[in-house]
Amino acid sequence: MRARIRALTDGAATGLAVLATVLVVAPLVAIFAYLIYKGASSLSWAFFVETPKPVGEVGGGMANAILGSAILLGVGSLIGVPVGIAGGIFLAEFGRGTKLANAVRFTADVLNGVPSIVMGIAVYSLIVVPQGHFSAFSGGVALGIMMVPTVCRTTEEMLLMVPNSVREAALALGVPNWRSVLAITLKTASPGIITGCMLAFARVAGETAPLIFTAFGNVGWNTRLNEPMAALPLQIYVYALSPYDDWHRLAWAGSLVLIVLIVLAVSLVRYVTSRGVLKGAS
Amino acid sequence: MGVGIEVTNLNAWYGANHAIQDINLNIPANHATALIGPSGCGKSTFVRCLNRMHETIPGARVTGSVIIGDLDIYKDIKPVEIRRRVGMVFQRPNPFPTMSIYDNVAAGLKLNGYSNRHVLDEIVERSLKNSALWDEVKDNLKKESGASLSGGQQQRLCIARALAVDPEVLLMDEPASALDPVSTSKIEDLIFQLKAQYTIVIVTHNMQQAARVAEKTGFFLNGRMVEFDSTDKIFTNPSDKRTEDYITGRFG
Repeated sequence: MRARIRALTDGAATGLAVLATVLVVAPLVAIFAYLIYKGASSLSWAFFVETPKPVGEVGGGMANAILGSAILLGVGSLIGVPVGIAGGIFLAEFGRGTKLANAVRFTADVLNGVPSIVMGIAVYSLIVVPQGHFSAFSGGVALGIMMVPTVCRTTEEMLLMVPNSVREAALALGVPNWRSVLAITLKTASPGIITGCMLAFARVAGETAPLIFTAFGNVGWNTRLNEPMAALPLQIYVYALSPYDDWHRLAWAGSLVLIVLIVLAVSLVRYVTSRGVLKGAS
Repeated sequence: MGVGIEVTNLNAWYGANHAIQDINLNIPANHATALIGPSGCGKSTFVRCLNRMHETIPGARVTGSVIIGDLDIYKDIKPVEIRRRVGMVFQRPNPFPTMSIYDNVAAGLKLNGYSNRHVLDEIVERSLKNSALWDEVKDNLKKESGASLSGGQQQRLCIARALAVDPEVLLMDEPASALDPVSTSKIEDLIFQLKAQYTIVIVTHNMQQAARVAEKTGFFLNGRMVEFDSTDKIFTNPSDKRTEDYITGRFG
């Protein structure tokens, strides 16, 4: 009797866990399937190599927006990742318990909650207004600032998970503390930190709002950082709101491409960073 | 070669907790000296004062003098430098988990700026041979992580890592307490061989271990050193009643 009850409880718990898993995965699968259904048919070679056509002409592509997104995300990561990691190192290794650390941690958490449109407006008034024109650089800065809190806090958490015995081992070898932090602690925590950076990257890759007032968008090619630049989310936003069926189709295709590119970028980084990991490393 | 250690009026605190009180002690060069005593008696804190690791803990403080060789380590030299001369092996094996076996041993040298490959190769081999691990790992030096080894092997790897920076003193904080009997006896054999080249201070709460490996033994109780003498004398004819009570198993 007791064994049967135990078996039933076990079955119920397993069932609930499976159900929860399905609930978590279902939206992702649904979104992906719907994007493929709506967008795949509009994908063509032209989509990846051509710039948008003027209103009324059928066809054209988002090549400039794909390149623009890559550049904006590159600039954003160049700003967000180093600043975030440096902040995380300070919080976990040097500032523990200090007032400054508490202030930095609080600021990072607040920054994380700032709506992205506000971030766009802030960068607009800080960079675009003084410069007098929209620019890719200002868009990259907006994305970079949005990456900082996520990168910073995951770096801190991951560093704190490194056992103290590893730090002591390095110190006891006569390694200066700063060197031990960079060469030992940071390296030990690096898988988790890379995950944090990827999360931040994936999150800002789809951001539209901070780019509206900064990178602004561009219907033509542009690779110069001090001029307005197209970005996939911006282009999707504009096309989706337009009254033209052809543009709607391109917006769907753009959404599909955006998601696939994010998945590819994250997978690539994972692959590159997982090479050279030693047998039995933990 | 090992050097002697002269400890005078050593006191240490964790915040307001006076963990080590008025220790005076001369540790002879090229011998193994054991420190015994019940848990919490301050023996670990004491050895951590000998390479200035104690002060890495927030709120920790030390007074008194420790002279190693001819250097007062709290006056004449920076903490990082004294730690290169005084190696340490911890209670739990703590290899660097993301590094290969080779890099673990070379870590102390590489992180202090040595980069000559031939010299490093030589030192890594010699250190692993000195820690009796070479034969077990020589084929996987650069392929396997230090964390992939067994507990006993990891501890010998940590000993090799400490030896690679060529210290004069080796501090061992209960190096075998987390290990099985076979690994423990390997570590003890090792201590026997190593004391020809290094001064060894070993903390243990295994009294038989102290009797097996050490020429001198100190008994710690409540942050004070009750008795320090030859291991024979401590275990057969201690002068202090508390030492006798401890070694005969009346407490602890």
